[in-house]
Formats: sequence, structure tokens, C-alpha cells
Amino acid sequence: MAVKIALPKGRLLRKTAALLQKANWRLDEYHSSMGFYRPKSARFPDLLIRVFHEKDIPIQIAMGNYDLGICGLDWVEELLVKYPSSDVVKVKDLIYGKGSLYAAASMPQDLRQNGTPLRIASEYPNLAEAFALKQRMSRFSVFPVWGAAEAYPPENADMVLLSAGSAADIAGYGIKPFDRVLDFSTFLIANRPRWESKKLDKIAASIFDVLSEAAKSTAEKKDALSSPLPPRIKAKGVKTDTVRLVLPDGHQQQQTVELLNKAGIKIEDYPSSTGNRRPRIGIDGVAVKVIRPQDMPLQVANGNFDLAVTGRDWLADHLAQFPSSPVKEILDLKLRRVRLVAVVSRELPIDDPGDLLRFSAGRGEPFRLASEYVNIADKYARENHLGHYRVIPTWGATEAFLPDDADLLIENTETGRTIARHNLKIIETLFESTACLIGSAGSVTDAKKSRIIESIVSRLQKAVGTN
Amino acid sequence: MKIQRCKGMRDMSPQAMAVFRRMVGTCRDTFVKWGYREVRTPTIEYMHLFTSAGTLTPGMLGKVYSFLDWDGWSGERVVLRPDGTIPVARLYAENMQGLARLFYTMNMFTFESGEGNRERWQCGAELIGAGSAVADAELMALSMEIVKKLGLRGVELRLSHAGLIKALLSRLKLTDEEQHRMFDSILDGDTTLLAKASRKSPELADLLLPLLSRKGQTADFLRKQRALLCRSIPEIRAPLDDFLNTVAVLDNLGMKYQINIASGAGFEYYTGMIFQLFTGKEKIGGGGRYDALIDAMGGGDVPASGLAIYLDRLMDRIKKGNVMSPAAQRILVKASSGISVGVAFKVADALRQGGCIAEIDLDGREADWTLEVKSTGTMTLFNRAKKQKTAVGSVDAVLKLVGGKSGG
Repeated sequence: MAVKIALPKGRLLRKTAALLQKANWRLDEYHSSMGFYRPKSARFPDLLIRVFHEKDIPIQIAMGNYDLGICGLDWVEELLVKYPSSDVVKVKDLIYGKGSLYAAASMPQDLRQNGTPLRIASEYPNLAEAFALKQRMSRFSVFPVWGAAEAYPPENADMVLLSAGSAADIAGYGIKPFDRVLDFSTFLIANRPRWESKKLDKIAASIFDVLSEAAKSTAEKKDALSSPLPPRIKAKGVKTDTVRLVLPDGHQQQQTVELLNKAGIKIEDYPSSTGNRRPRIGIDGVAVKVIRPQDMPLQVANGNFDLAVTGRDWLADHLAQFPSSPVKEILDLKLRRVRLVAVVSRELPIDDPGDLLRFSAGRGEPFRLASEYVNIADKYARENHLGHYRVIPTWGATEAFLPDDADLLIENTETGRTIARHNLKIIETLFESTACLIGSAGSVTDAKKSRIIESIVSRLQKAVGTN
Repeated sequence: MKIQRCKGMRDMSPQAMAVFRRMVGTCRDTFVKWGYREVRTPTIEYMHLFTSAGTLTPGMLGKVYSFLDWDGWSGERVVLRPDGTIPVARLYAENMQGLARLFYTMNMFTFESGEGNRERWQCGAELIGAGSAVADAELMALSMEIVKKLGLRGVELRLSHAGLIKALLSRLKLTDEEQHRMFDSILDGDTTLLAKASRKSPELADLLLPLLSRKGQTADFLRKQRALLCRSIPEIRAPLDDFLNTVAVLDNLGMKYQINIASGAGFEYYTGMIFQLFTGKEKIGGGGRYDALIDAMGGGDVPASGLAIYLDRLMDRIKKGNVMSPAAQRILVKASSGISVGVAFKVADALRQGGCIAEIDLDGREADWTLEVKSTGTMTLFNRAKKQKTAVGSVDAVLKLVGGKSGG
């Protein structure tokens, strides 16, 4: 059987490509930014290569879908801390892509408080939970976020666990690191049984041979950290009659700003060239923050924000996880129209959802659904009566999972072209998603606040109406 | 496709359940006779019930089944109960005061790798509101009575004292975190960390290491060392005296025990006496004093201690003969062809009233006793062993015939 390796896209791509070039792999398309999900190596023509989001790689190795993988040690530890018996071997430190995970807070505070739960925002929810347990926090909640954890303190989280090159980088966000939880770099990892069967030696050796010994600096990292348990200072809260609005980062910013302009709402420094996540808005009594749209419904449910501009897809995913959540759609902003679709490989004898049950019942292995929308995927599997199934969480580039590493995807698509290009077919449209304004039902009791919210909604409504 | 049971979980067959029920019955009868009253707490609790400082070690918390409930958008998790004592302490703090003797039969959930049991059953008792040596001795005597009633021989009672361990550790000048870690490792039965730390102060090492690492110290050894120990480590006086007081009550009751200060117990909430029951190398139960727990649950400064009997570990050790009571006679009731089933049901009901197990025939098989019913006054009783056929005219006559053979 051909050896399979999972390579990272994103921040590690350039250095990984350079390493493999030095190892004379002669990859045809790993350097490019488009369509590189299935590169080929001229040196190892039988090697099956796929490109994934870094976060997905340890899971793929643990599941045995891939024999080898290259990714940051942080994601390996995020898996192992929760599932210590996972079949993942850390084979070799490749030394590049170094960083550390820091615990940081806006105001240093006593983490062993009693009473209200201490809120931790992190892209690493498992490591965050392990950290909280180790610190013996009596009560805590973990907000798993897709990104922008640094934007949460102090109003929306008491501390964050986030990765950075050094403590100084974090200080740049205006928060204080107080503990370095993990030092990481890029690792070659392997599936345990495959590694022990020793069939991966040749490929691993090609990488080991070109690792420069000199690069192995063992210098102790020197970081200025605040003391772990400094005296507690009460965080300055936002005034209770302020309306807290949250806007999306990333590629939705331009459309959002156009809509705000059309509604006659001025906003400064959004999108921000300096990474400012607290732009100023031209309405009195409104505070704005910028976070990932994926994370908004949960934050609105928690009462961290009153209004959010996000996608109906993320609201639906939140409601699939928490059916009694108070979050609801207030206004359809009619931007960024996509369809949420169920997708399978063209090779499969499945043409509509009715075929799924027959197909999944007829085989011994569990039916695998891969999606960024884990809760929608889980609900989809339940509602289609797929008996024995697994949901594989992904962080993008989901098309690369079919047909080998998953049987079905729940994906969003604008035109369906990417899906067609990957030799996939849509078997069902779950719903249409656009950007929408969401809020929490019955959460606002303050009269002044309700008036401001009503005025924002009606201004946006008029702007949408003239679209 | 055949669906298998979940990894780490076990089924209990009718035979296993009979043993299980009998064990629980023995525990229950004993608890009730000592004045304990039964309680049950929910399977799901908030995680912070167990994370509150000083209740479970981080090692144990790392194995808890935790998840977000369907309304868990706050990010706070709930757990499948990993321990019985903490929920009962919460129940007490919520609803009770004064002296309470409580017991329970509940299942606990913690992750074990491989084929280890992830669901474990316990019978436990909590004695809340009493802080005396007599209360400690009551729980030990109660545990020993249960294992004796279950027919277990050679059960060893091993004693330690959490307060004593903590007082000894306080002399090592450790940070809070180190002290926690060391206490946890000692509770897990590992003294290597301790040996390493005590190298820093040889005069302490001379005192601590023999105390903590040597097994089977006698009470006399502790009594003789008392003056010397208290001079070097003044904090040791209170826990040591507490320990010796309990031991004196046990001596008074004629109970046999072993002292083993550094013996594994694994519960961080213990503050005083710790005891464990062993048969051979297997721990089958234990308990201890947890005077800070009720306060941590918001129930005020109330002393408390408890015990638990590990049912899963006992199941394999208990011989069926020790636990099986002579079962009621089992009779298969068949309606003769052409006879209304109503008659057979009526006869079966009368047999059950008379103390028998009456099964209605469904598949025509044979049984030790089979009763063919033509009418309530016309029946034939077959005895398979003796190949005997007897015509009987009433249910009373059947009961007499069957009852005469009981115990066979």
C-alpha cells in the first residue's frame, strides 16, 4: 500500500516546501497557492500527498488516514492532552516554525477565584481546559474560538491561551502574558502502528538527512512574564447601557463596511491596517469589537454582545449544538449569499439523501462526515438515520478529504465550481446562508439600550431594502 | 452488522446481577442496621462541583467524562459523576444539617485506557456531622462487618492519615503547587518525589523517609516516636494524636490493622484518618475523613467521613454460594391444549402468591417442575428429575409437593 503523508498549508507552507525541496522531493505544485491539495513528488512517485489545514493533521494521523504528517507541535499536544492514547508518534523536531503558547490576561488577576466562572478564550480548548485544571481553578468556562482570542479580554474573557513568537508579541495586543504553557516547533509525526511497522523509513530518512544540525539551538527562551498569581484588580467593564456590537474580521469586512455606509453609520479604522479590533463607530452609546464570525453566536448567547454581524450558517451550527439558545436572527443583511450543501464523490452511487442510508448500512465501517460545521454535520447524520457514523472536524480545505478520508462533506458554496473541479457532486442543499444581524432574545431590558438597538436595526433595514 | 458494547463498559448477565444484588443487599442491610439512610444523587453534575480546590486531584479530573450540555453555551461543562462522596456532601450542604448517616449505591465514571472498567459501582456510606475517633472507628468496623458477611477471608485493614502526611510535607519548604503534587503522588502510592525532596534536608529525611516509606509501622512505634517527632515537627502533634486516638479505639474493639502512612488512596479531599481494605494486592474498599469538604460545598464547618465498597472488584471474588440465597421454586405453567390461557394465568398467579416463581410456557420446553393445567381443579405436575407425574386438584397441593422438595 502506498505511503500517505499530510502536509500543512498556511503559515508552515513556505518552510516545509523549502525543506522538502532540499530533500529533493521535487514536488510539482506545493509552492503555489491554488489547487495544491494533491501534489506529486518526482523522487517518491508512489507517495500519496495531501495538503490540509495544520490543525487537521494530528487527527488525520491518529485516525490512521495518513502515515506521516508535518505540523506544529501545538496541535499535536492539543489532541494528546484530551486523548492521550491517540496513535500519534512525535518522530522528529524539524526546528522551524517556532512559537509558544502563552496564558495572558488584560489585567493580571487571581486565577483561583471563587464564585463566577473564569472565562478562557482559546483556539486550543483542550489545552485551555488542562491549564485550568492544573491551576486548580474552581470554576471556569472555555470559549473555543476560531481566532482573534486576543480581542476578548477584558470584557468578554478573563484570560486567553494563545500562540505567539514571544511574550513581547502578546504585549503588542495590549494584554499581559503571565505563563508560558508550551514551547512548540514544527514536527514530523507518524501513525504509531505504521511507524512501528517501519515502512516509512525511506521517506523519513530523506527528511532527516537534510536537517541542519546547526539549527538546533537549545538556548532557553527568555520572556518577561508577569507573576502567575498577582493581586486581583477589578476589570473595567463596559457601561451596562452601552450597546455592544460585534463585526466580522477577514474577507467579510469590505461588504460590511459598505452596508454600514449605506445605512449612514460611520465607522473608523475598519477594516484596520494595524489589526485594531476596536474600531470607533459614529453612534453614541455603541462599542464595537471585531472577531471571527464563526465565534459570534456563542458570544451573543453568553451575553457578551448585543448585536453581531455573522452568517446564517454559523447561527445554524450554534443552534444545532444548543437548540434552546436565546440567539436569533434579527435581520437578513442579504450579503455573501452561499448555499450549504451535502457533497459526495462523483464515484459514489449516491444521488440524493435517500441513498445515504442504504449506502451507509451496506458497509462495515462507519460513515464519515467532514465539515467545518460539526454540529450541522452531526444533526444531518442523525436526521438521515446514518447508523454508525463519525464527524471529522475540519478547518477549511475540506474538499481534500474526499474521497479517501471522508464520505460526505457539509460545505458552503457560492457557485459550485470548486466542488465540480474536485470531481464532487452536490446531493442536497440544506439551506441558503447570507450575512445576518443576530441578537439575544429578551436580553435587553434597558430602555435607552433598546432604543439604540432599534435605531441600528431600522437603519440597516433601510440600507438592505435599497440593495 | 453486529453492534458491540462500548469500550470500557460491562454488561451484567442474570448470573452476575444475582451476585450484584446480593452484595448490594448485604451492604444495604448492614448500613440500615447501623442507622444509615439511603440517598441517591444525579448521574450528571456540574464540573465545578469536582474542580473546587481540594476535592479531586488534577490527574483524576483529567479522566472525567465532561461535555457541554444541550444548553451549555456558557462553556461550563457538566460531567458524569466520577465520585460518590462529593455529590453526597453537596446534597447534605443543600438540604441537611446536624448528624447524618447516609448511604448510597451508585455508579461512577472515569476514563481508563484499554480494557479497564470505565463505569464502576460502589456502595458507600457517609457519616456527616461527627468528628471523633469513635466515628472513624465506626466506619472501619462497619466495612469489616460487610466484608465478613460477604464471606471474604483475610481482608487487611490498612491505616494512614492525610493530616499526618500534610504536616510532614509542610516541613519540606515546598511551594503550594509542589506540595499538592507530592501529596497526590504519595496518595497514589509513589514516594520517589518525596525521597528526592527530602535529600535537601538530611535531618528531616531521617525522620520522614522511615515514616512515609516503610510499611507496617506499629502503633507502639508511633507512640514511642511521638516525643521525638513532635520536637522536630511541632505541626505533627495534632494529626499524630488524632491518629493514635483512633488506633486506641480500634484496639479497644479488638480490630486488627496495619499502619502504612504512605499507602495509596487517591482522594485529595481527605484531611484525617484514611483506611483501605485489601484482599491480597487488590483494594476492595476504603474511606477516610474529609472535614473540609462540607465547607467547600457551602455547608459550613461540619466534620465528616465516609467509606466505599468497590462492587466491581468484589464481584469476581465472591463465590456464588456465599451470596445465593435458596431461590424460590420455579414452576413452568402450561395450559392444556384447548384450554383458555386465562386459567393458566390464574393458576400461575396463585403459585406466585404462594411464594413460587411461576413462568407461563411459551415455547414448549421442559423444566424441573412443569404444571399442566386443564382447570383450576384438574392439573398434572411433572418432576423432571424423578420422571414423576402427579395429578393434583388444587394450587395448595402443588405448593405442598413442590415445597417439600425445596432446597434441592
